[in-house]
Amino acid sequence: MSSEGATLIQQPEIDLNEVDALLKPYLGKKGMAIPVLQKLQERYGYLPRPALEYAAAQLKIPLSRLYGVATFYAQFKMQPRGRYIIRVCKGTACHIQGSPKVAERIEEILGIKVGETTPDLKFTLEEVACIGACALAPVMMINDEPHGRLTPDRIKEILDSYE
Amino acid sequence: MYEKHLMICGATGCLSSGSAKVHQALVEELAKHKLEKKCRLVMTGCPGFCEVGPIIVIYPDEVFYCRLKPQDIPELVEKHLLGGEIVERLLYKGPDVDAPARFYDTIPFYRKQKFNVLRNSGIIDPENIDEYIMRGGYRALSRALKMEPMEIIDEVKRSGLRGRGGAGFPTGLKWEFTYKAVGDKKYVVCNADEGDPGAFMDRSILEGDPHAVLEGMLIAARAIGSDEGYIYCRAEYPLAIKRLKTAIAQAEEYGFVGENILGYGFNFKFNIKEGAGAFVCGEETALLASIEGKRGMPRPRPPFPATSGLWGKPTVINNVETYANIPLILREGGLEEFVKIGTEGSKGTKVFALAGKIRNTGLCEVPMGITLREIIFDIGGGIKGGREFKAVQAGGPSGGCIPAEKLDLPVDYDSLTQAGAIMGSGGLVVMDDRTCMVDLARYFLSFTQKESCGKCIPCREGTKRMLEILERITEGLGKPDDLDRLQELASTIKDSALCGLGQTCPNPVLSTIRYFRHEYEEHINEKFCRSGVCKSLFDYFIDPELCNGCTRCARICPVGAISGERKETHVIDPEICTRCGSCVERCRQEAIKVTRVRREADVNH
Ligand SMILES: Cc1cc2nc3c(=O)[nH]c(=O)nc-3n(C[C@H](O)[C@H](O)[C@H](O)COP(=O)(O)O)c2cc1C
Ligand code: FES
Repeated sequence: MSSEGATLIQQPEIDLNEVDALLKPYLGKKGMAIPVLQKLQERYGYLPRPALEYAAAQLKIPLSRLYGVATFYAQFKMQPRGRYIIRVCKGTACHIQGSPKVAERIEEILGIKVGETTPDLKFTLEEVACIGACALAPVMMINDEPHGRLTPDRIKEILDSYE
Repeated sequence: MYEKHLMICGATGCLSSGSAKVHQALVEELAKHKLEKKCRLVMTGCPGFCEVGPIIVIYPDEVFYCRLKPQDIPELVEKHLLGGEIVERLLYKGPDVDAPARFYDTIPFYRKQKFNVLRNSGIIDPENIDEYIMRGGYRALSRALKMEPMEIIDEVKRSGLRGRGGAGFPTGLKWEFTYKAVGDKKYVVCNADEGDPGAFMDRSILEGDPHAVLEGMLIAARAIGSDEGYIYCRAEYPLAIKRLKTAIAQAEEYGFVGENILGYGFNFKFNIKEGAGAFVCGEETALLASIEGKRGMPRPRPPFPATSGLWGKPTVINNVETYANIPLILREGGLEEFVKIGTEGSKGTKVFALAGKIRNTGLCEVPMGITLREIIFDIGGGIKGGREFKAVQAGGPSGGCIPAEKLDLPVDYDSLTQAGAIMGSGGLVVMDDRTCMVDLARYFLSFTQKESCGKCIPCREGTKRMLEILERITEGLGKPDDLDRLQELASTIKDSALCGLGQTCPNPVLSTIRYFRHEYEEHINEKFCRSGVCKSLFDYFIDPELCNGCTRCARICPVGAISGERKETHVIDPEICTRCGSCVERCRQEAIKVTRVRREADVNH
């Protein structure tokens, strides 16, 4: 269900000893696939293939099953992402107050589509269904910082404020 | 002893409008005047009125300050806290009050509300269990511990409480089925997935009063004979998850959770599971699959979770707001109070999230049976910018829109369903004349289409075909028989889809066709979108009667489509214009209008 960008980005090497340490608290319990994936993504920002392979072996489930779970949920990403994750809200309140126009303007400025990352790994553009700040629609988050009451002409200035 | 209590809203809405900076300014200012010992500063849950955030309520004076900025704080501290004088400038003002309003009871937004579920939100410190207990918390649990399971279930049944998560199934009955089901282990699950985009009631309850949900779940556990529970919360709500964890730890410390609770030989343990971003996981069987660590795919029912739920064990699954109602019903004398509110078929209150083109956005709790008109116009203050009300979408992607002529409908499960919408979880998104109903239907379908898990064909393929037709219509390629085909597909999907997602996803399409057929026909036959949303179906033009040549529009236009001298009428070149609408927002004269696209045929005339 999650859409991935077309640009292929080089995946960095990862240290499996570290993955091993991350997995420890989850082994031997029921229903741990999702928490493990969340932990890995929290550490790497996406799910590196070697880490998935290692985790599948440790959890004693087939890699295909773990991959199936990972690709089912929008939260999990299979490609490295930018330093700044822009999440434009596509919830109902934001939609009718113009979030498509906001997303379009970001696409124009950054030259990427929703789901993609700029080649310099600075920005990733994503969509999210409602962050619960509907009162300030349209809303986007850049990492953990919400920006509300957006209009297309404010976008450039906001993006420029990120180093 | 504290002399003043400053309750500052620390919920997501106010945080987005800057309450963290206001809080920081207050901390510094209080320190500067050495007031830390006299004034207690609390980050509370949501008091509801997100539109005017950040909000501070000062007790015991009962003064409501809003739209605060960090630079307002020195004056607030100086005048109010030191001088004992109310800062008029920072009180609530609006077209609906004659004079600045001081407290809840004088602000129209609050006047028709009835606080049951939100009784503590914005009033207590959600990270302090003592405050919950002081307001009567955990008394219902200690009463329930003295009762027989069937006595508890009987009270819940008599309360008439129906599930607040969507379908409105009677809660007591669900508990009874689970109680009677045979199993060596039983689970209590709380659905805090809140997937409906545009709704944030459950988040506010969890952030503002987490113990109420825990207490409700504990009572459910006692009633059905369970010793373990799961709260499945969407990962987009980090603050709610944090507050839940704090609440569970404190409840454990006080002996409300854990082994041998309050000495009654009752054990209970909580687990929190974070969702991973899939709307379908709000559906109960998909949610249980997700807790088990699988792909969140629904399965056919029966068997219902009551007999075979989590890991095949009997499971009660209820919504956040449903659980938050339980302590009110089970406390001494609570049942009698509870049944006094509401209508015959729908008892109690309901929390709604007001969003969209409404003046007072935020959260409100109202008695069942109130009319939509009262919610939207009295509480919500009507439409933003004084525009015309068009419709309200109730129940999100599974719900439907309700047009102006149905505004006097009482809000309860049955009448909303009759009108083609649903109570749903409680999201109300208000739309004005600039919302295109065809685009809205397309929007919801694209949402459900993306979220369809792909397990059953009617939903996977059917939504795709419906979406294609809607996209065609909004691009100006609609055909005369499209409406019939949409309706046929819709009824087939409704009848044959596996789970609630598929069965309800045609509702937004059906209800917009039912009430706004003329808009569809205009799109299809006349290639015109009068709301100015579907880009290939309208042009912008500047009304020369209204334009005063201020040049604001020309300066904002990103593609240079607008020309004109200062103080002279401006003109938009439709060939260059991308219909981004920036100029419309900019124009103070409302001179930029939507008009039909001039086609070759018209020009040749
Ligand atoms: C597609 C879909 C999404 C749902 N999303 C939610 C949700 O986000 N929150 C919720 O409480 N119930 C949701 N439900 C309803 C649940 O399946 C279930 O009916 C509810 O959790 C039962 O609790 P209640 O009886 O207290 O309402 C959803 C149902 C469907 C079909
Ligand atoms: S719809 Fe965008 S924050 Fe809720």
